[in-house]
Amino acid sequence: MHRFKFVLYRPIQLLPVLIGVSIVTFILVQLIPGDPARILLGAKATPEAIAEVREKFGLDQPLVLQYVHFMKNLLQGELGRSIIYRAPVLSVVEQRVAPTLFLLIYGVVLSVLLAVPLALAAAWRAGSSVDQAVRVFSTAGIGLPAFWLGIMLMLLFSIELRLFPVSGYGEGALSHLHHLFLPALTISIALAPVLVRNLRATLLAQLESDYVSAERAKGLPERAIYLGHVFRNSLIPTVNLLGVNVSWLIGGTVVIESVYSVPGLGQLMVSSIFGRDYLVVQAVTLMFAIGVILVNFFVDIVTVALDPRVEM
Amino acid sequence: MTLLDVAGLRTEFATPTRAVAAVDGLSFQLRPGEILGLVGESGSGKTVACRSLLRLLPSRRARIAAGTVMFENRDLMRLSEAEMRVVRGRDIAMIFQNPASHLDPVFTVGDLIAEPLIWHFGESRRAARKRAVELLRQVGIPDPAGQIERYPHQFSGGMKQRVMIAAALACEPKILLADEPTTALDVTVQAQILRLLLDLRDRTGLAIVLVTHDIGVVAETCDSVVVLYSGRVMECGGTQDVLTRPRHPYTRGLLDSLPTTAARGAELPSISGYPPPLDRLPQGCRFHPRCRFAIDRCRREPIELETVDDGHASACVRWREVMEVGP
Ligand SMILES: Nc1ncnc2c1ncn2[C@@H]1O[C@H](COP(=O)(O)OP(=O)(O)O)[C@@H](O)[C@H]1O
Ligand SMILES: [Mg+2]
Repeated sequence: MHRFKFVLYRPIQLLPVLIGVSIVTFILVQLIPGDPARILLGAKATPEAIAEVREKFGLDQPLVLQYVHFMKNLLQGELGRSIIYRAPVLSVVEQRVAPTLFLLIYGVVLSVLLAVPLALAAAWRAGSSVDQAVRVFSTAGIGLPAFWLGIMLMLLFSIELRLFPVSGYGEGALSHLHHLFLPALTISIALAPVLVRNLRATLLAQLESDYVSAERAKGLPERAIYLGHVFRNSLIPTVNLLGVNVSWLIGGTVVIESVYSVPGLGQLMVSSIFGRDYLVVQAVTLMFAIGVILVNFFVDIVTVALDPRVEM
Repeated sequence: MTLLDVAGLRTEFATPTRAVAAVDGLSFQLRPGEILGLVGESGSGKTVACRSLLRLLPSRRARIAAGTVMFENRDLMRLSEAEMRVVRGRDIAMIFQNPASHLDPVFTVGDLIAEPLIWHFGESRRAARKRAVELLRQVGIPDPAGQIERYPHQFSGGMKQRVMIAAALACEPKILLADEPTTALDVTVQAQILRLLLDLRDRTGLAIVLVTHDIGVVAETCDSVVVLYSGRVMECGGTQDVLTRPRHPYTRGLLDSLPTTAARGAELPSISGYPPPLDRLPQGCRFHPRCRFAIDRCRREPIELETVDDGHASACVRWREVMEVGP
C-alpha cells in the first residue's frame, strides 16, 4: 500500500498552502479602511475596549509582527470575539460547521445518486430516446440559476404541497434529512447535470478503447464490460470533476443557505458581512479555504484508490 | 479434418455514398495445430478480417455482407449474439497488436486472466485466480504467483503480450487469432513471443491465424499463408510453395523487400506506391496500378483466384510468367 504513503506526508506539503491561506485571511481585515480596532469592535465600542483590542492583537505594531500575533492566536484557537453574537468567534463558527457539512454531503450524495444512473443509461445506447431525455435534463439543469430554482422548489414543495419545511435544520439526523432535502436537491439539480455530461462523454470515449475490444473477444457479456470495465475507468475523471465542483459548491452554500435559512457557515458569512462582524468573516473564510484543501486531498486519495497507475 | 472453414467472407463499411468492402471474398481453411499466416501491407484488411471471424467489427458502420465461417458444423455468421459470445474466448480467442492499450489498466493481470474462466465456466474467483497463476507460468512469466496482483502498466511490452496470451488461452480455445502480436515489440522480444506461440501449438494443438505484415515472420512460423491486398486474396497455399514459388507479383514484391534476400545496405526493391484507399479502389485487379505485369485485362475485370498447383492458388492472370521474369 505504499501508493497511499502520500496521505502521511501530504499534510506537511500543504503547510505552505495553509500559511498562504492564513496570510490572505489576515490581509482581508487589513484591507478594510479605517481604524482596525474600531472595525473589529464595531461603532459603539468604549475607548477601554479599543485599547484592549489594540494590545491583544498588537495593532500598533508593524504588519509583520501583527501577522505573527495573529498566527499565534490562531494556533491557540483564539480568533477574537464576535461583535454580533458577543461570544468567542471559534464557538460561533463551530456550531455552524455541522449543518454546512451535512448539507454538502447530502447534496453531493444526491447528485451522484442522480447522475450515475442517468449517465449510465444515456451512454449505454448513445442517441437513443433515453439518451435524448437525459440530455434535455442536463442541459436544462445547467441553465437554471440555483437561487431561482431554490425559491421555486420552496414555493412548490413547502408552501403549496407542505411536504418539506421552509427553512431550518431540525434536530437529529432524520430531521436534518427532512429539513435539508430541498437545499440538497437544489445543489444536485445544479451539480448532477455537470456530472452527467462529463460521465456520459467519458463512458462513450471509454467504450471506444482497445481494452473493450479485448474484453469482447474474451466473450464477456456487454453489460459486464460496461459496468465492470468501462464504468470503473470512467469514474476516474468524473471524481476529479466532482472535486472541482465541490470546492466551488463550498462557496455556493452562501446562496443556498441564505435562501433556505440553513444555520450553516454560508449563512453566517452573509450575516457577518452585513453586520460588519469581520473576525467572523475572517474565520469563515479560513474554514472555507481549509474545506477546499480537504476536498482536494480527499479526491487525491480516491483517485489513487481508483487508478493503479497514479502515483502521488 | 478442417477446424475452421471460411468461405467468401465480405465485410463492408458504410460511407455517406455507398458501402465499400474492406474484406472481399476471403476464403481459407484451418486445421487443428496449423499456423496460418495472414499477410499483407498495412490497410489490406487483416484486422478487419480477424475481427469479422469473431463478429467484433471495429465500427457501427461495418457489417458482414456475405460469407460463411463454419466452425464445428455451425456457421458463426448465423449464430445469435448470445451464442456467438460463448464462442468468443472459449472456442476462438483473439490477441491484439498493442498489448498496452488492450489490457484494462485498472484490473490486475490476475483478474484479467481469471475473467473468462469465471464467465464461461462459472468458476469461483479463487479457483480462476489459481488457474491464472498456472497460465502465467505457461506463457513464461517468471514468479507467476507474485505477479498476479500487479497491474498491466507494471509489465514490459513483451510481458504484457504474454499476459494477453494467457488471458486468451484461459478457456483452452481451439483457435487463436493473433493480430500482429509482435509488431509493437522489440525485435528480440518478437522472436520470444513467436517462439511461445509455436510452443503452445506444439503442446496443445492450438490452431493459430497469425496476422503479420512481415513475410519473414510467415517464413519462420506458418504452415500456410494467405496473402491479402486491399481486402482481396492475392495468393494462398502452403508456406513452402508460396514463398519459394510465388505465383503473384504482389507476393513477389513482398518477398523481394525482405532484407535477407536483398543486398544489405542497398535500397530495398519493395513495391512502389501505396495501397489505394477503400473508397477509391481501382477497376479490375486492385493491385494493377502498382503491378509491372499488368495487362489490359487486369485493368478491366476483377481477377478470380485460380489453382496453380495442388493447394496453391493465385489471383493473377499472368501467374505463369511471374516466376520466370527476373526481378
Ligand atoms: N473503423 C473503421 N472505419 C472505417 N474504415 C475502417 C475502419 N477500420 C478499418 N477500416 C478500413 O478497412 C481497411 C482495412 O483495415 P485493417 O483491417 O485495419 O488493415 P490491416 O489490419 O491489414 O492493417 C482499411 O482501408 C481501413 O481504412
Ligand atoms: Mg491491423
